[in-house]
Amino acid sequence: MDRNRLQHQVACMRRSLFDQGYLDEPFIQLEELQDDANPNFVQEIVTLFYTDSARLIQNIEHALNSRPIDFDKLDDYMHQFKGSSSSIGAKKVTNECTVFREYCSAENAEGCIRSFQQVKQEYAILRRKLEVYLQMVRQAAVSRTA
Amino acid sequence: MNLSSGKEYISTASSSAGWKAGDAAAADQFPAGLRVLVVDDDPTCLMILEKMLRTCLYAVTKCSRAETALLMLRENKNGFDIVISDVHMPDMDGFKLLEHIGLEMDLPVIMMSADDGKHVVMKGVTHGACDYLIKPVRIEALKNIWQHVVRKRRNEWRDFEQSGSVEEGDRLLKQSDDADYSSSANEGNWKSSKRRKDDEDETDERDDTSTLKKPRVVWSVELHQQFVAAVNQLGIDKAVPKKILELMNVPGLTRENVASHLQKYRLYLRRLSGVSQHPSNLNSSFMSPQEAVFGPLSSLNGLDLQTLAATGQLPAQSLATLQAAGLGRSAGKPGIPMPFVDQRDIFSFENPKLRFGEGQQQHVNNNKQMNLLHGIPTTMEPKQLAGLHHTAQSMGNMNMQVASNGSQSSQNIPLLMQMAQPQARGQVINDSSLGHATRLLSPMGQPILSNGIAANVSTKTGIQENVRAPSYNPVLQTSSMLNFPMNHASELPGNSFPLGTTPGIPSLTPKVAFQEDVNSDSKGSVGFMPSYDIFNDLNQHKPQNWELQNIGMTFDASQHSNNLQGNHNHSQPVLVQQGFSSGQVNGQNKSATVVSKAIFSAGDSTGHANAQNGNQHLNSLLVDGTVRVKSETVADATPTNLYPDHFGQEDLMSALLKQQDVVAPAEHEFDFDGYSLDNIPE
Repeated sequence: MDRNRLQHQVACMRRSLFDQGYLDEPFIQLEELQDDANPNFVQEIVTLFYTDSARLIQNIEHALNSRPIDFDKLDDYMHQFKGSSSSIGAKKVTNECTVFREYCSAENAEGCIRSFQQVKQEYAILRRKLEVYLQMVRQAAVSRTA
Repeated sequence: MNLSSGKEYISTASSSAGWKAGDAAAADQFPAGLRVLVVDDDPTCLMILEKMLRTCLYAVTKCSRAETALLMLRENKNGFDIVISDVHMPDMDGFKLLEHIGLEMDLPVIMMSADDGKHVVMKGVTHGACDYLIKPVRIEALKNIWQHVVRKRRNEWRDFEQSGSVEEGDRLLKQSDDADYSSSANEGNWKSSKRRKDDEDETDERDDTSTLKKPRVVWSVELHQQFVAAVNQLGIDKAVPKKILELMNVPGLTRENVASHLQKYRLYLRRLSGVSQHPSNLNSSFMSPQEAVFGPLSSLNGLDLQTLAATGQLPAQSLATLQAAGLGRSAGKPGIPMPFVDQRDIFSFENPKLRFGEGQQQHVNNNKQMNLLHGIPTTMEPKQLAGLHHTAQSMGNMNMQVASNGSQSSQNIPLLMQMAQPQARGQVINDSSLGHATRLLSPMGQPILSNGIAANVSTKTGIQENVRAPSYNPVLQTSSMLNFPMNHASELPGNSFPLGTTPGIPSLTPKVAFQEDVNSDSKGSVGFMPSYDIFNDLNQHKPQNWELQNIGMTFDASQHSNNLQGNHNHSQPVLVQQGFSSGQVNGQNKSATVVSKAIFSAGDSTGHANAQNGNQHLNSLLVDGTVRVKSETVADATPTNLYPDHFGQEDLMSALLKQQDVVAPAEHEFDFDGYSLDNIPE
């Protein structure tokens, strides 16, 4: 595919990710950190995020399912999750984490369960979009100008 | 996460030899090479941080567990310059790690967290974190973390200097010092400065009763008073650290603390009495704290500071305040004409000498502070003055701190003594007490002066003789200025101080100091500044020959020709120098002369002052209780005059320098603004 076109598509998608609030400033910092020494830095970080998130989500699920619910532990897990999602600029995910923590501090189990669903949803959406986006980025990088 | 041989950390440190500010491969690469240890259990964050730090050209080591981090730090105590740690970690609370590091390694630690709640941030503060970053951390926030390393080192250096490394100053002082009063504490100090330094270090560590941190002994006003009481009880000749320590009976205080403090005190006294012809004056003057203070002075021109002191005219506190003020003033108090340039000085601590030479401008700032001493009440305890001086000396940093203290009087001493304590130890200098300059200059202003001056002087260039005049000026200007107990005037051998006129006539010399500062003219006018205030106060209290007054003022006195009227030479910014007032100023005192010269010129007692240099300027400064040593005015003083005067100032300066560490802060404290010589009560 034409490189220019690919690059154009990449730029468009990137803009929409930011415009729609999926990504935020920290993601730009990641992009800026990418250089010749670390040409795949963004991809590496995002991959790391996926791995770590999967672990945390699993822990939270488990904590939510146990009775009685240990809200402190829940808050702890969510705090971590929020930390990493905010580090990569996952805006919507981070916002949902904040909502969750509010319910958690209020020890509102219902609220926690509901908001956690939101967290997982946003996380899934973002992950999908990022995967598409980064793949496009890779393609544009290796493509040749027609 | 990177694992290597079971250790969960990856060291990417590129430099193992240590990192020094400005020391990087090339100066312009600073702060490249800063060795950072970053601890975070979140792998994503950890990787991002590592990359960011590497982009900042730091040598990064990352670690995902607090325990591992501690292990690494313990294995290689000097392997890192700064630690960045997350707050929430599974194996150990981030604050706990922070405490450990602070105690064991005393490295600066930056905390970070996604949590930005006030209570958490406050926790960071109370646990001693030097900064707190909110996640997500931006690279911009990491670019400046080197400042914490530099800041800490500077503070430590300063502390070191103050608390015990008078060696350097002592050494300098000794060189030119006639060492009348060589005391056991002083003896060999010079030669064994290194030993003393080690001693100090040991002392510090021994003193560390609470934590591994090495708390510096803060010579608060109360403590100093106790010390002086003990010394007087024993008799200055017989006062040995061991006995003093016993008498003081202060838990946690070591012989070494006392010894180094005694040394400084002796220098201070020496300066005070430097004006007088012989050491015996000094000794005899130590009959009582106040007496001691005045002792030397009295020899000066009949200046009865002693009497003044005896009469309690100057409350010790006030004296201290004066001193502090003088010293502290420089701390960048707004009122202080001379902002404590210290910042620069601080960096130049390593080269006090340089400071002098180059510090003219800088010193100016200091000097200004000195000037504040105008109003220093005579009764200020010498110690306080000394303390002030020291603090003033510490220039810059110290001053700042001093200023912050605002609790002047009592603080004076601490300031002086403690320059090391960045925290507002300056209290002494704090304006609060300074309000009236009187405080600063401790009782006679001399003692203080001497200290201050000495401190300043010594620090600056260790100028004992101050004769260096030309270069001396800068010195004086700096905090040391304050301390110039006028006594030095007499010692100014070569001081070109115009003061010269009469031996004790500080007349212009002091001014010189000021001038320097003020104008950065580098007239070399000794930065007596702060001391002036003291003198003013002194004068005010006692009309007696306040030659000293002039001295104090002399700094600016040159400017203030008017003040000199009588005793109060308010303008005697040179108060410090006032020690000289006894008229001894004549250049004999190396250090004192300087001061006295200045003072004299400023002051009236000798009557020269005003005429000579524009001491008036100084005088006016001194006049006010709150005389602010306005160095600016000094500018008027004839530069040339200044230098000669500086000589004495130099001595003072050196003396001050010695103490500089201590003095610096003090200077700031003294907020002698607007020295209005006119206020000098007759």
